[in-house]
Amino acid sequence: MDETRIAIRVDMDVVAARQSGRALAVELGFSNTDATLIATAISELARNIILYAKEGEIILSVLHKSEPCGIVVTARDKGPGISNLEQAMRLGYSTSGSLGMGLPGVSRLMDEFKIDSRPGNGTIVTVKKWKR
Amino acid sequence: MQVPILKQGAYLIASIQSALSDADLMQLRDALVAKVSTFRSRGVIVDVTVLDVMDSFASRTLRDLVHMIQLRGATTVIVGIQPEVAFAMVQLGLTLEGVATALDLEEGLAYLDLKTIKKVSNPRDG
Repeated sequence: MDETRIAIRVDMDVVAARQSGRALAVELGFSNTDATLIATAISELARNIILYAKEGEIILSVLHKSEPCGIVVTARDKGPGISNLEQAMRLGYSTSGSLGMGLPGVSRLMDEFKIDSRPGNGTIVTVKKWKR
Repeated sequence: MQVPILKQGAYLIASIQSALSDADLMQLRDALVAKVSTFRSRGVIVDVTVLDVMDSFASRTLRDLVHMIQLRGATTVIVGIQPEVAFAMVQLGLTLEGVATALDLEEGLAYLDLKTIKKVSNPRDG
């Protein structure tokens, strides 16, 4: 399986990650609109890494075997984790004083959304989008 | 990547040329707020045509910029939000409330002409 890993440490990495994601989406034949949704979701996920965990990585991979094909974005960090997932998924909630659009917004941009996080164990968010 | 800011009469035009990092966006916000004072500008246009992603941070920074400039007595209009970007923003719940937007530079200038003339004839309006 093809995989691209982008280390996320500084704000320029957010831009690099979403540009790689868009390039991959376009290469796979996603529409311009879907490529924008994917790039925006990556931007939010990468931003969360910097905001809450300081550093982590974005992993882009392709689901080739299935038809239609899909793109998988994994955001992984070893940060403090999320103690209340239900609360974090509520629109308007944010512990960082930002808009709080992050996680619920990302889930609306993509087709599938999965989050695995425990306090002290970091956070892994996996999102997928299928080609239409 | 610094954003060039052009002075056009009573207006300032910031034309974004490439993807911007968070630091670039904050730099643009601070530079515009400062230049509105320096040039006693009445209107500001921020052209975001080339931006292919507007995430929560970019959206919030632009909204802050608009409100800061408003507190300095000038009007700002954001122009050139691409259709796909608008789609993604709405999905994300970013509606740029309280921010004037226009289709392109031309419409933005027309908007400022309208708003700033009104301001001169009746300062308490708007």
